[in-house]
Amino acid sequence: THTHTQSWVTLVLLYVMDATTDYFHSMQTVTLIPGDGIGPEISSAVMKIFEAAKAPIRWEERNVTAIKGPGGRWMIPPDAKESMDRNKIGLKGPLKTPIAAGHPSMNLLLRKTFDLYANVRPCISIEGYKTPYTNVDLVTIRENTEGEYSGIEHVIVEGVVQSIKLITEDASRRIAEYAFEYARNNQRSSVTAVHKANIMRMSDGLFLRKCREVAEGYKDIKFTEMYLDTVCLNMVQDPTQFDVLVMPNLYGDILSDLCAGLIGGLGVTPSGNIGANGVAIFESVHGTAPDIAGLDMANPTALLLSAVMMLRHMGLHDYGNKIQTACFDTIRDKKVLTKDLGGNSKCSEFTADICRRIQDLD
Amino acid sequence: MAAHSAVLSMSKIINPFWGGRLGNTVKCCTLSSMQLITYEMLMLQPPPAKYGGRHTVTLIPGDGIGPELLNHVKEVFRFSCVPVDFEVVHVNSALESEDDINNAITAIRRNGVALKGNIETNHTMAPSVKSRNNLLRTSLDLYANVMHCQSLPGVQTRHKNIDIMIIRENTEGEYSSLEHESVSGVVECLKIITRNNSLRIADYAFRLAREKGRSRVTAVHKANIMKLGDGLFLQCCREVASGYPDITFDSMIVDNTTMQLVSKPQQFDVMVMPNLYGNVVSNVCAGLVGGPGLVPGANYGRDYAVFETATRNTGKSIAGRNIANPTAMLLAGCMMLDHLRLYDYASMIRNAILTTMNETRLHTADIGGQGTTSEVVQSIMRNIQSKGPLTTDL
Repeated sequence: THTHTQSWVTLVLLYVMDATTDYFHSMQTVTLIPGDGIGPEISSAVMKIFEAAKAPIRWEERNVTAIKGPGGRWMIPPDAKESMDRNKIGLKGPLKTPIAAGHPSMNLLLRKTFDLYANVRPCISIEGYKTPYTNVDLVTIRENTEGEYSGIEHVIVEGVVQSIKLITEDASRRIAEYAFEYARNNQRSSVTAVHKANIMRMSDGLFLRKCREVAEGYKDIKFTEMYLDTVCLNMVQDPTQFDVLVMPNLYGDILSDLCAGLIGGLGVTPSGNIGANGVAIFESVHGTAPDIAGLDMANPTALLLSAVMMLRHMGLHDYGNKIQTACFDTIRDKKVLTKDLGGNSKCSEFTADICRRIQDLD
Repeated sequence: MAAHSAVLSMSKIINPFWGGRLGNTVKCCTLSSMQLITYEMLMLQPPPAKYGGRHTVTLIPGDGIGPELLNHVKEVFRFSCVPVDFEVVHVNSALESEDDINNAITAIRRNGVALKGNIETNHTMAPSVKSRNNLLRTSLDLYANVMHCQSLPGVQTRHKNIDIMIIRENTEGEYSSLEHESVSGVVECLKIITRNNSLRIADYAFRLAREKGRSRVTAVHKANIMKLGDGLFLQCCREVASGYPDITFDSMIVDNTTMQLVSKPQQFDVMVMPNLYGNVVSNVCAGLVGGPGLVPGANYGRDYAVFETATRNTGKSIAGRNIANPTAMLLAGCMMLDHLRLYDYASMIRNAILTTMNETRLHTADIGGQGTTSEVVQSIMRNIQSKGPLTTDL
């Protein structure tokens, strides 16, 4: 009997330890960068909604205004970098780039610091926010480090400028692998590579070759290739035919904004940046809207949907789905919409409505 | 002030070297009317008619749906007794040698005007085999690609009342085909922007806007990222704009442009842009007005003009099935007739096409109908017969 009690107590102890360890592990810390302009108010809206959903997220707020580091190079503050390296996951509001500050754009600085090589933008039609295009459900995955945006330009002679577009094997392979992994993890059926290899034979040809090679390892996902102009043509006629699109930097910039336009603009589009070493920063891509900052008029949808993307990336699909459903329901109901969505309500009212729905869903 | 005089002196140089299309309406203040007439007579006319009042035009069938659509164009022209003979030059895209395309280029140099289908570029071949279409454009220096997107009343689209003219630089930019592999696994592709070409295309855009009575020109660029390249393009546009105070000039970044195009395309009037953005924007606009089968495109150079469909598709998947939309190619033929100053024939055929467009049951599959290509062409010819002065038998 003594042994029996002992083993029973051990079992109970082990169970309690296991349960408490689980509890402590499941609370994850995320670096929050509120940003400028309407950034702080939409960030607090998102925090409120997460609290209502009881999501296991602890927020660590940081500021990323550029400072001059040793050697005169601009860098983000070391505490922000340390926090991000530790937490690996970040949520960022809109950042303003002052014109004559002398430092490069903040987004560029973040990209270089964390090697954010993939920009992912899922574009899903929002029921309740009508656009001429319905049933859009596609994802654009854009290579974010090289391509046409390498920033390498020269004046050859007076009146002749050359811009260099750089395509490397490593970056192309990395983005292709990410695209197929994303497709697999999110149950997407096909990946389309967008290119212009008929004109840019070697550069886009290399990109395409790498995509084809990676596709060999993912036989469960259909791989197609399409010219950029054909994609644009078909996208505005029938966007439902596309699933996951992977492409180099410039085409990605144009296409991701085109797709955002299809579903209603940058105010409702989420975005995520995936970096090396497991770092991922999710952000809203709209501007800082200084004219409505502080007036409780901002629309937190973009940042909220990016936060939902973040939850899914972390594997917390239940919380993500719950928050997304509540958000879409609120928009579909049309009773408390912010001004840019066609309503008259305040940001706080919009947020409160979503919180209420989440609590009702529980 | 310096920019203004630079533009005026530029106009003195550019004015005579300008495609014949816009020659008759130039009211440039820098040239006296005497000089204007001389220049016009010498430089701006299309090539003289060859024999018995008939023009000869080079015809390049291309691949995919090109051959069948161009056959329909020949059919309609023959039926309407248009005084144009076609010199057919075949270009085999499967061959690596450039003899075919060089023959085509020689033929176009001889005739001055061409109508072409798209030549396929097989990108599994070695990178030294360049795109034939691109080769044609750069050899003949067809610097302006002009596309007019208009909503047609008979075609159902999501957006209405679109009327955009797109002028795209056609020879340089990203399509310079200058690539090299500096280190194994690293490829560099050069995008070239030059002051001359940017000034040239901007000047073309503003003159066209003025001739057509348009009020606004928008330059599309990405100068926030490509500061030197697109910055130069934008600066050239601004310089030329200062010489046209009656036309409003503004600029827009290309990603914002595409976003605006899918939400509010009615805000755009005339757009001018470098090569790659032109490719994207023209395809988006073609999609907005109803698809690749409806919009014709023209490539103008100083001495030559080549007409084709605006979106330059080979349409391999619909080739030979009698379902392609002949409208774009026929309208391109009409643009060609306008260029040859055969205005009556052009408007006769164009009106017949537009009348057929408005009878919904004669739409082809790409715009939601069930008609075949031949049915549409027959309807157009019937229309011409009922209105036109003289036709052959149906």
